[in-house]
Amino acid sequence: MFFQLFWTYLKIGTFTLGGGYAMLPLIQREVVDRRGWIDEQEFLNMIALAQAAPGLIAVNSAIFIGWRIGGWKGVCGAVLGAVLPSFLIILGIAMVFADWKELPAVEAVFKGIRPAVVALIAAPLFKLAKSAKISWLTALIPIVAALLIWLLGVNPVWVIVATIVITLIVVDIVERRRK
Amino acid sequence: MIYLQLFLSFFKIGLFGFGGGLAILSLIQMEVEQNGWMTQQEFVDIVAVSQITPGPIGINCATYVGYTVGGIWGSVLATSAIVLPSLIIMLSICKAYFWLNRRFKGNPYFEQTLRMLRFTVLGLIASAALLLMKPTTFIDSTSWIIFGIVAFLTISPEIFRKKEGNKLSTFNSQLSTFLSHPILLIVLAGVAGYLIYR
Repeated sequence: MFFQLFWTYLKIGTFTLGGGYAMLPLIQREVVDRRGWIDEQEFLNMIALAQAAPGLIAVNSAIFIGWRIGGWKGVCGAVLGAVLPSFLIILGIAMVFADWKELPAVEAVFKGIRPAVVALIAAPLFKLAKSAKISWLTALIPIVAALLIWLLGVNPVWVIVATIVITLIVVDIVERRRK
Repeated sequence: MIYLQLFLSFFKIGLFGFGGGLAILSLIQMEVEQNGWMTQQEFVDIVAVSQITPGPIGINCATYVGYTVGGIWGSVLATSAIVLPSLIIMLSICKAYFWLNRRFKGNPYFEQTLRMLRFTVLGLIASAALLLMKPTTFIDSTSWIIFGIVAFLTISPEIFRKKEGNKLSTFNSQLSTFLSHPILLIVLAGVAGYLIYR
């Protein structure tokens, strides 16, 4: 089981570009359709959990599926498989990139890439906002959060902690009123 | 104690990183900046490399930052540290799965917190982008043109999807889906940069 999970996640980790979300359809095809390790409904539950919990979605899903299928050994296999390809590829790049960085051609290429990267971070916001069913009122939450971090230099960790604490307090007040 | 600091920083990122890779970027950025580990330019370059190589962006960033700060052991440490909180939390969830499902499904405290976190995460992503819009990354007006084109092409599938039915817009929709691929956009921006700034 260790090697099967390791191999499956190694394949998924090596061939998906674009991060955790891009991995989900591939994980579904391998784990649900091809191997039949878990069914569709449990897969959907797994995605919900992997997104709700902190951490990387791809790693969270590897832990869940590894545990469901192979216990501790499954977890080790799936997580190593999901992490190792990225780790090795990036390590290789990091080792050579330090020497290349000074080359004028490489610097020119990166001058073009940098604004594109910022656009690739910002642009998905529209789609994400739509799928989070944001309204004019709830749009205030991300706006305030972004301004706190951007202008006042607040650590995002505190913004997350504040969100949790304030929500719990507000829900508590509402629930008490109702009773 | 660079290794201890590296471990603590990435453990914190793994523990509070809700909402996946893009949202986690803002946490990584803050840690990197506060510890003075690298310049903003270096950080953007790492994000660029993370986006065009396979695998989760968070793992790619952790490995790269870890290597830059502390060599091979630094990269091993940072990558393990960002995974460790997930291991602890997800395994607890798995073990208590049926109990949690019964206890928390429909629980207003739990569901509302998740809903609000989804909104906050949008703010984290926006702040990651805003923090990078500085003269070091946007060196001239050409930078803004590249930013505009890439942003438009990324959003374009959403715009063209609405008008279904007529043949021209189906073509537009397919074309825009193809052109919105992040790796293609980064490669094109790199080619443009080479031609313009060389």
